[in-house]
Amino acid sequence: MSNKFIPHTEEDIRVMLDKIGVDTIDDLYSDVPAEVVYKEEYDVPSAMSEIELRKHFETLGKKNKPLTIFAGGGVYDHYSPSVINHLLARSEFYTAYTPYQPEISQGTLQYIFEYQSIISELTGMEATNASMYDGATATAEAMFMMVASAKKRNRVLISSTVADRVVEVVKTYAKFHGVDITIIPEKNGITDLDAMKEELAKGDVAGVILPSPNKYGILEDYTGVADCMHAEKAYMAINADPSALAVIRTPAEWGADIACGDGQSLGMPLNFGGPYLGYISCAKGMLRKMPGRVVGATKDADGKRAYVLTLQAREQHIRREKATSNICSNQSLMALYATIYVALMGKQGMKELNRIACDGAHYLYSKLIESGKFTPAYPGLPFLKEFVVKTDLDIEAINSRLLDNGIMGGINLGEGKVAFAVTEKRTKEEIDNLVTLMLS
Amino acid sequence: MKYYDKLIFELSRPGRKGYELPATDFGHDAFAEMPATLMREKDADLPEVSELDVVRHYTNLSNKNFGVDTGFYPLGSCTMKYNPKINEELAALPAFTQIHPLQDEKSIQGALELYWNLQHALSNIAGLYEFTLNPYAGAHGELTGLMVMRQYHIANGDLKRTKVIVPDSAHGTNPASAMVAGLQVVEVKSKPNGSIDVEDLKPLLDDTVAGIMMTNPNTLGMFETEIMEIAKLVHEAGGLLYYDGANLNPLLGKVRPGDMGFDIMHINLHKTFSTPHGGGGPGSGPVGVVEKLAKFLPNPRVKKNSDGSFTITTDEDSLGSISTFLGNFGVMMKAYAYILTLGKENLKNVGPMATLNANYIKESLKDDYLLPIEGVCKHEFVFDGLKDKSTGVTTLNVAKRLLDYGFHAPTIYFPLLFHESMMIEPTETEALETLDEFIEVMHKVAAEAKENPDLVKDAPVTTLVRKLDETGAAKNPILTYRHLVSEDNK
Repeated sequence: MSNKFIPHTEEDIRVMLDKIGVDTIDDLYSDVPAEVVYKEEYDVPSAMSEIELRKHFETLGKKNKPLTIFAGGGVYDHYSPSVINHLLARSEFYTAYTPYQPEISQGTLQYIFEYQSIISELTGMEATNASMYDGATATAEAMFMMVASAKKRNRVLISSTVADRVVEVVKTYAKFHGVDITIIPEKNGITDLDAMKEELAKGDVAGVILPSPNKYGILEDYTGVADCMHAEKAYMAINADPSALAVIRTPAEWGADIACGDGQSLGMPLNFGGPYLGYISCAKGMLRKMPGRVVGATKDADGKRAYVLTLQAREQHIRREKATSNICSNQSLMALYATIYVALMGKQGMKELNRIACDGAHYLYSKLIESGKFTPAYPGLPFLKEFVVKTDLDIEAINSRLLDNGIMGGINLGEGKVAFAVTEKRTKEEIDNLVTLMLS
Repeated sequence: MKYYDKLIFELSRPGRKGYELPATDFGHDAFAEMPATLMREKDADLPEVSELDVVRHYTNLSNKNFGVDTGFYPLGSCTMKYNPKINEELAALPAFTQIHPLQDEKSIQGALELYWNLQHALSNIAGLYEFTLNPYAGAHGELTGLMVMRQYHIANGDLKRTKVIVPDSAHGTNPASAMVAGLQVVEVKSKPNGSIDVEDLKPLLDDTVAGIMMTNPNTLGMFETEIMEIAKLVHEAGGLLYYDGANLNPLLGKVRPGDMGFDIMHINLHKTFSTPHGGGGPGSGPVGVVEKLAKFLPNPRVKKNSDGSFTITTDEDSLGSISTFLGNFGVMMKAYAYILTLGKENLKNVGPMATLNANYIKESLKDDYLLPIEGVCKHEFVFDGLKDKSTGVTTLNVAKRLLDYGFHAPTIYFPLLFHESMMIEPTETEALETLDEFIEVMHKVAAEAKENPDLVKDAPVTTLVRKLDETGAAKNPILTYRHLVSEDNK
């Protein structure tokens, strides 16, 4: 029976069976009906040594091609400082469970408290939970929060300038839970605020979900929007890029009640789509409608500062079907990732990387426009690190050429539109090379 | 070790930094020209610390934690097995971590092949037709599985099936997931031995029932021996059977959920397939289904082309998307590595050895702890506190005293069927010597409870912090450093 992960010797098994008072291992399954006992062998490969396993993964890895990334679409190729992986490899962090025993989990509890503090600084909101699965599910939970907070209103508006993949997930959650979703159309790349106001005026809207920046990279102007919402007793949620929040106007400054989004932009590797984390912050008044784990500061019996999971009366293990959500975990280790990342970059670094990304993106934008082959898709609208241009060129052919040269080009949005993103990792030389290849 | 309680914010000094960025010259500072109305008015108050500050700070925090690598972690229902180290290294290979989810399929064939291979290994191990690996956690898997259940009935035009039957002993996520999926929960009673009362179930099975959620073994660690009868009844009534895979570990090598009549299930890769719990996540909760439900699985999906290449597809019959991309891929890599390391020769021993370990502890401790249900258990079992109730020592006291002896506590006060539940799950990766040490300490605590109950009631006394004021934390929630400072200044 023995294997490197299963330590039982024949002698151990004998001793244990004797103590239990049965003769064979099969006797431990005597309560299982014979008809359901599996008698075949699993159809999986034979056991591999580390040597074979490593070769297998390397073989698979060779079928992937890491590229120089000029695309975003909600996933940004920001730099991940070396320190983070060294600290995440501390197994006291990654082999721990959810901190149910606070006396021996202060490490986890404290970094979650720091994470909540950091996200709250970025969003400007008073409260943040311990993190969610991803930005899309966090946005779906924001929708539930607004419906739960608004009395007897069951309709939520979402701007069509929110990323399509986020809208898809929100729609799935809404469909099954029984929330009515209305998509607010866009007008020239930004939310049609007049259309939104018309919907609001119907008096049955629980809340509105808006993006910042939006799916085209545009910074939309929400001046006066929060007042409109609140006048109609509707809540306002903003799905925002947390990296950009170090410099752009925050959800709190726009007057939003909830901020949510994906934490990937806080230095997380591309990871082929996951793991990342979703974040959710809110004003204090909505705290008890917030899903998921929350850590609070407290003191121990000797008066020492300590942290603990709190507000658990909202949660599934206490409230069961009356809980605010079914969430019973967080993306804890990714919350640690985000925390260490922001601690390293700090107050200045978070601004500086945004400046570099912004300058780089505008440099690429200018080069493309100057070439005469591309035109602005949304002229005059401000963007930070992601933008859309239009072209008559064959985008698929360009991207295929770029791929052969180890580059991921912009995302083809159809109708001749292509979306590029530039982070602080992209140099002037890389951008020049991209443009040359695109025009060749 | 020295007591350390600083927050990263408290190490901050204006002007200090923990990063370097390349000097750039794009010839034009576009950032400076961004319209002020769209920019942040006031800087975020983020830490300003050196790289060494960060390294020492988080190393100090790690020392305040207890993980599987620190010691025995018999947390019932959580399957805290050893997390293989090679898996961490493989999942960190740049060939996988440096690929963008929207890259051209030609450039991500290795990742898609891995996803597909894991889908198929899980399908075989579960005895089901097809899996999605997109759900991010067990509870997310439950939600996804229930959406599949509803989508099936909706596609059949059977719109009145909006109830789901959940045993009173179920994990709390079951009824909560049902609520999120828009289903009404109907509770079915347990018999005194913890298994589902088939007689209580029968009258509930009408044409408004979408299905039933079960776990087998149940939350008491006991096998539901009437499962085939239950499956027959539910299917005859037009419902589907959902299997909560939280308790899958003891069945590896012995029973496949699909063979018990289950139509839908989720697997917690962070339980049965050894991926780290990470202090609460990231996890992964793949969902498997029988053939007739496969088309309802969420988008996007990974398919194999006739030429052997792999592709990402979306299906019109699908229930929709429940994740931005293909789930927690980094976690899947570790589960895949675990399956390949054990292989078909050793995977089949996981369940039996986990079951052996649990029964050994149960039989060794039942003289001091109250065993409410006799008979063989599976991977875990539940005591209803100490046998001697005269001392006033509670399950909570025993749990805290275990911390003093260097063990993690069992799951306590769950399931809700008993007042003093103490749920113990050792997993197969623990050796006899570790189990014996735990048994010895549990006996010692039982003796202390008799001889010096206050000693146990005051526990823990050796941990870095002692009993916490949890009531105060909930009454006046302090959730950020900014708030903490303002409280201290009051």
